[in-house]
Amino acid sequence: MMKDETIICRCEDVTWGEIRKALEKGYTSLNEIKRITRAGMGRCQGRTCRRILLREVARYQKKKIEEIELTTFRPPTKPIKLGTLAGDNDD
Amino acid sequence: MIKKADIVIIGGGIQGCSIAYNLAKKGAKNIVILEKNTCASGSSGRCGAGIRQQFGTKMNCILALESMKTFETLTEELDYDIELNQAGYLLLAYTEKEMSQFKKNVELEQSLGIDAKMVTPKEAKKIVLPLNLEGILGGTFCPTDGNVNPLYTTFAYAEAAQRLGVKYYSFTEVTEIETKNGRILSVATDKGKILTSTVVNAAGGYSGPVGKMAGVDIPVYSQRHQILITEHIDPMWKPMLMSFSENYYFQQLPDGGILGGYGDPENEVKGGNIDSTWQFARTMAKKMVKLVPILKDVRMVRQWAGLYNMSPDAQPILGEHPKLKGFYLSVGFSGHGFMLAPVTGKLIAELILDRETSIPIDKLDIGRFERGELIHEPSVV
Repeated sequence: MMKDETIICRCEDVTWGEIRKALEKGYTSLNEIKRITRAGMGRCQGRTCRRILLREVARYQKKKIEEIELTTFRPPTKPIKLGTLAGDNDD
Repeated sequence: MIKKADIVIIGGGIQGCSIAYNLAKKGAKNIVILEKNTCASGSSGRCGAGIRQQFGTKMNCILALESMKTFETLTEELDYDIELNQAGYLLLAYTEKEMSQFKKNVELEQSLGIDAKMVTPKEAKKIVLPLNLEGILGGTFCPTDGNVNPLYTTFAYAEAAQRLGVKYYSFTEVTEIETKNGRILSVATDKGKILTSTVVNAAGGYSGPVGKMAGVDIPVYSQRHQILITEHIDPMWKPMLMSFSENYYFQQLPDGGILGGYGDPENEVKGGNIDSTWQFARTMAKKMVKLVPILKDVRMVRQWAGLYNMSPDAQPILGEHPKLKGFYLSVGFSGHGFMLAPVTGKLIAELILDRETSIPIDKLDIGRFERGELIHEPSVV
């Protein structure tokens, strides 16, 4: 079993303990866990932690990974400079 | 699922949760919240996080001032850190017409005890150092405006309500509201039927369709609004920057991310569409880089959209429906539902339980549109 102090989301500094507490409170969907712990909401947008989070949440609920609904993927695919978006400079 | 309830609230966002909490706090029992998705999955969790008191109508100023007072003690009251950050709102004016509207607004705000004041471009730059003053004639600043974490605030109300006995059903969609002779008999959901005589429509972007289920026409429509957020960077400035004529709002949040959006009533899609668009990101980036040029090297990490539930005068519609007894409306907030929820939730609870409210809201009834007594809010993004 994962230790409480293990960091799951490095961008937002979210530990397994925080996620476990959310699960215990009854927030069992990934969308709820994201909103309540901020896991996956940082700079990498969950690209690093999504798979670990999915695996651990499934294991905690004794479900198969395929049974867990994924969070919404939001654009952009990778961070983009506002200046580039605005068309003022080259990235 | 429960078979019978005293009060059924449709919509588990900030309105529904605040109403439920305030009802339970006043001693009401057998309250149910029905949420088709999860808590704060709709507009409450998608909003811009800002809370302001600078408005152009007396009604909105009074409600917003009272709401801010509640926000100031909410972390303690609900025992959940909502991350209140009173960093101010700096509203910027670009035309003489806007300046004269702002002067009127500030007079009104000060007369009601809101600590807003006019600022010159020079003073604006003192408040927000990296500001590009091009085209700016002046503005207003209210230091006690600010932001909270809207997700935490909604969860805080939901959990506090449940501690007081409220039942919160997520993933439970209302399918029918059964009425007879101007009274409510029951609410049917995809998980079962609940007998009740009192229903609150707090369905935000979906309040129009919920009204139709009860056979009631509510003059609201939903419209997509979009937001983007950047990576966390070192603190650069604090207040929300907002303009009604240039149409933008953006702010650096306490965690360092910069969040912003604008309204586009003429081009944005109406209805339930909450996809994000590339056009929005490009236009918003242009607005941000123009006003704060050093943002050009800051990266956007995420964009999303939510729904404004628009009423004909951009003011909420509150109160019992005149043709359907026990059917209460808390809808049409037109983009200000999150920031007003602490006070409107309390007032709706008072209305249901006491038949009178501590702040008069009878002018915000649905009947005002038939009477032609609209209260147009001039200061909306």
